[in-house]
Amino acid sequence: MSLVFAGVCSHAPGITGRSERADPTVRDAFYAALDRMRQAIEATRPEVLLVIGAEHFANFFMNNMPAICVGMAEHYEGPIEDEAWLGIKRRRVPGAPQLSRELIQAVMEDIDLAYAEEWKFDHGIMVPLHFLTPRYDLPVIPVNINCQGPPLIPLKRCYEFGRALRRACEVRPERIAVIGTGGISHWPATPDSGRINERWDRDFLERLLANRREDLLSYRDDEVWRAAGQGGFEIRTFIAVAGATEGCTGELWFYAPIPIFAVGCTVAVMKLAQG
Amino acid sequence: MSLYYTQKLLFQLNRDPSVRRRLEEDIEGLLVEYELTEEERRAIRAPDVGLLYVMGVNGQILMHYAALRGYEWSAYIEAMREGERKYGPVRTGLYARADVR
Repeated sequence: MSLVFAGVCSHAPGITGRSERADPTVRDAFYAALDRMRQAIEATRPEVLLVIGAEHFANFFMNNMPAICVGMAEHYEGPIEDEAWLGIKRRRVPGAPQLSRELIQAVMEDIDLAYAEEWKFDHGIMVPLHFLTPRYDLPVIPVNINCQGPPLIPLKRCYEFGRALRRACEVRPERIAVIGTGGISHWPATPDSGRINERWDRDFLERLLANRREDLLSYRDDEVWRAAGQGGFEIRTFIAVAGATEGCTGELWFYAPIPIFAVGCTVAVMKLAQG
Repeated sequence: MSLYYTQKLLFQLNRDPSVRRRLEEDIEGLLVEYELTEEERRAIRAPDVGLLYVMGVNGQILMHYAALRGYEWSAYIEAMREGERKYGPVRTGLYARADVR
């Protein structure tokens, strides 16, 4: 198997942009869990990091919105947001264009994809990289699942995308790490920002970490919207990781609602050795 | 389709420094390039962040426009609340209940 690491984490812009306004005890425990994830990723000696994110109109707009898009660039740049607003300095992030191209071609045996040779990272990718590859020296292949502009890809297709990605990675000699980044329940950038449905989040995480496919795919978007907000549509990124790690269970390293970050902050890792 | 063009202009402002320069130097010239209603032009020009929210502009686009026009985070959240009080519930888009499948 060439997938050497798989996990999920939060990416909300407040995590870096409004850090001073959070309860320091909870915030620092969350940062410590992210750093534990960094160490776990480094210990697997990956050659590339696949980041399955939910882009937020940084690159993709309703004039031509891909359901899923995979980056194929030499390098990427981010953050697209104001540096002071996000609390992350703009920089160049290396890509892995040849591997991207070959993975895209292989995944297309099963799932239609868009690709992009130009991509500006927003907080959805930059916040995880800030913690997980702080030297920005690990080549990244970004993946975007449209979670913002309906019609959205059905959950079952996200799971299938994950499975196809796993199959594509399995035949590669490279050591590949994958993370999914998104929120669970949240109402970001709205008057309800800071509202978090912890019970719903913990139930979702239980389904995810047990990797019970049918339970994960049973959510309907209208139910998600009511219970978990429009931000809850980002469970697609976590479900893709579940598909990529089918047959494996996971472990929750951190979960706590941090309202000023507008999300239940999450770090969880799938136990690939079981696969 | 007017909400589409409102969001498109804000999307382009968020990602393109040259469009931001035009906002500063020639906002009227920029606005006429998009199919906008008078209400939309007024909301963008003011800016009236609360009205843009009620019109249905996605927050992932709007929060950056608000920051660009000088709103700090709490002021941005409060502007949306004030918008709902002043103009009523969100009319369309991801935050309007009727639009959810």
